[in-house]
Amino acid sequence: MTTRKIEILVGAFIVLAIAAFLMLALKVANAGVTGSGQSYVLYAKFDNIGGLKVRSPIKVGGVVIGRVASIDLDTVYYTPVVKMEINEKYSNFPETSSVAILTSGLLGEQYLGLQPGFIDETVEILANGDSIQDTRSAIVLEELIGQFLFNRGN
Amino acid sequence: MITTKLQNLGRATIDTIAGFGRSGVMLFGALVGKPDFRKGFPLLIKQLYVIGVLSLLIILVSGLFIGMVLALQGYTVLSKFGAEGMLGPLVALSLLRELGPVVTALLFAGRAGSALTAEIGLMKATEQLSGMEMMAVDPLRRIIAPRFWAGVISMPLLALVFTAVGILGGHLIGVDWLGVDSGSYWSAMQANVDLYQDVVNGVIKSMVFAVIVIWIALHKGYDAVPTSEGISRATTQTVVTASLTVLGFDFILTALMFGG
Amino acid sequence: MSDIMVDIQHLSFSRGERLIYDDMCMQVRRGKVTAIMGPSGIGKTTLLRLIGGQLKPDSGQILFDGQNIPTLSRAELYQARKKMSMLFQSGALFTEMSVFDNVAFPIREHTRLPESLIKLIVLMKLESVGLRGARDLMPAELSGGMARRAALARAIALDPELILYDEPFAGQDPISMGVIVRLIKELNNALGLTSVVVSHDVTEVMSIADYVYLVAEKKVIGHGTPEQLRQHKSELVQQFLLGEADGAVPFHFKAEPYEDELMEPAR
Repeated sequence: MTTRKIEILVGAFIVLAIAAFLMLALKVANAGVTGSGQSYVLYAKFDNIGGLKVRSPIKVGGVVIGRVASIDLDTVYYTPVVKMEINEKYSNFPETSSVAILTSGLLGEQYLGLQPGFIDETVEILANGDSIQDTRSAIVLEELIGQFLFNRGN
Repeated sequence: MITTKLQNLGRATIDTIAGFGRSGVMLFGALVGKPDFRKGFPLLIKQLYVIGVLSLLIILVSGLFIGMVLALQGYTVLSKFGAEGMLGPLVALSLLRELGPVVTALLFAGRAGSALTAEIGLMKATEQLSGMEMMAVDPLRRIIAPRFWAGVISMPLLALVFTAVGILGGHLIGVDWLGVDSGSYWSAMQANVDLYQDVVNGVIKSMVFAVIVIWIALHKGYDAVPTSEGISRATTQTVVTASLTVLGFDFILTALMFGG
Repeated sequence: MSDIMVDIQHLSFSRGERLIYDDMCMQVRRGKVTAIMGPSGIGKTTLLRLIGGQLKPDSGQILFDGQNIPTLSRAELYQARKKMSMLFQSGALFTEMSVFDNVAFPIREHTRLPESLIKLIVLMKLESVGLRGARDLMPAELSGGMARRAALARAIALDPELILYDEPFAGQDPISMGVIVRLIKELNNALGLTSVVVSHDVTEVMSIADYVYLVAEKKVIGHGTPEQLRQHKSELVQQFLLGEADGAVPFHFKAEPYEDELMEPAR
């Protein structure tokens, strides 16, 4: 076989592999949202995070705007602190916004639902490193059932 | 009696360690030193063709079928929970994290690894390596090095192709045959697959496997007993040792990457 | 420039536990054909590999052009090897290249000559072994004798000073044997190179060699010009030259007395 033919085939092989990588990166994976440098960080304290995990999505009205970067325990109050990385594009949330830990579907995974709050002159916009005060914890099924039984007892 | 057994154990241990040593010396001799791109590049292209392009067909076919089977099997289980929408992530994550790198490495060991061992073993048996050395051309640099680099470059590329074709195969079965919605196949996949966590880690795995398989294949060939029996044994050993080492390393890498 | 090309002094070499050479000395004169003969299995090929630096002796010196081969660094050894060349018993042609590319291989590796000039040199070398017409064949398509001639063309491609022949006559039909005998003689005279021929084919070697070493039992048992050797007094030398089955080298491999072994089951 001539060198020329070999070189063409090797070139085609490389192109095919690059095409496969691009497909995996763009069509299969979610490149972009977590790209470093273009996100900012917010914190939120919860009483109970339930099944929330690092890398769980943060959604506004169902649209993913960021991901959970880390989950730590506040060493003074022993409450979970969630660090959120949010896309720089969505940087206009007022400090009256609230976050809740929600579940997608009955058995689905848990995510953070962010609800933008109202804006007036006294309300500031959340900046990098700020905390969201208004939080609602995860609904734990066992507690819910316990409450239900307790109420029926009455 | 006992001393004989002890002696055998000792000899086996020493032989194994000496084998590791020789393989290290071989790789060191092949890779360390000033590379000569004028002579090396055409050799690399030739080996990329022999090792990479010629392995492409088996990779494409296996990838397609494994993706199709994954979709078929996954669908039967997922549909019991009404979670057909998760078929995309199931297929994509299985392929990206595990099957892509591992099955590619196993096929590669069988297709290209055994061929490399036999080729180098035969070159040794027919005194071609010796002859080269007497012509003042270092066979490590001329024969081993281009094959090593071609293998290390080819295998991650083959694994990417395998995975991509597998996901398309899953689409073919899941969407076109079983009736999962195409949009949800892709979108659920995108929601659950992460570029760094899954795609890049899969590629890293594949690179590690590439070094393992190609190193074992080259060493077994270079170290083969230069007889027809020795070469056939070396070829078998390449496939067995490389496959087992890949599976072992797969466990370790998986534990490191996804286990924590 | 000294008259002696290769000077082997007090060479000892063992493989594993087995001693192959014990304190052996020999000299190869420049421009001459020196033959090393001996029964098979005494490590004649090993000797060539020692000269080529592929093996290291236990002790002793191997001087090639004044340089002691075993003590050379890797780079110096590769430089020295450019001046020598070895014709392997199997030919050792590269199976994936044509005859032309095989002969061109050392030239392409060690020089930066343009392709047109390389073609001239290769054709010249192929012409000298009579294989110019076979340049496009692959090694698998050559007969044994032709493969050896092609390998010879490759060995002289870079005009070495020393050429080592490993059993050049083994397994050849009488015609190709004659061809190779003629080639070795002609190349030696025409190119002025030094040849070392390792062989056990007595008649062929005696016809071309200027000087012969007979090696057996780990050392040189006799040396001299072919004429001197024929007059040699040693029983061993005579047995080898005449090809007698029994003599100083016994026909039988070392064994227990025959009668004892036959009677053993009875006992």
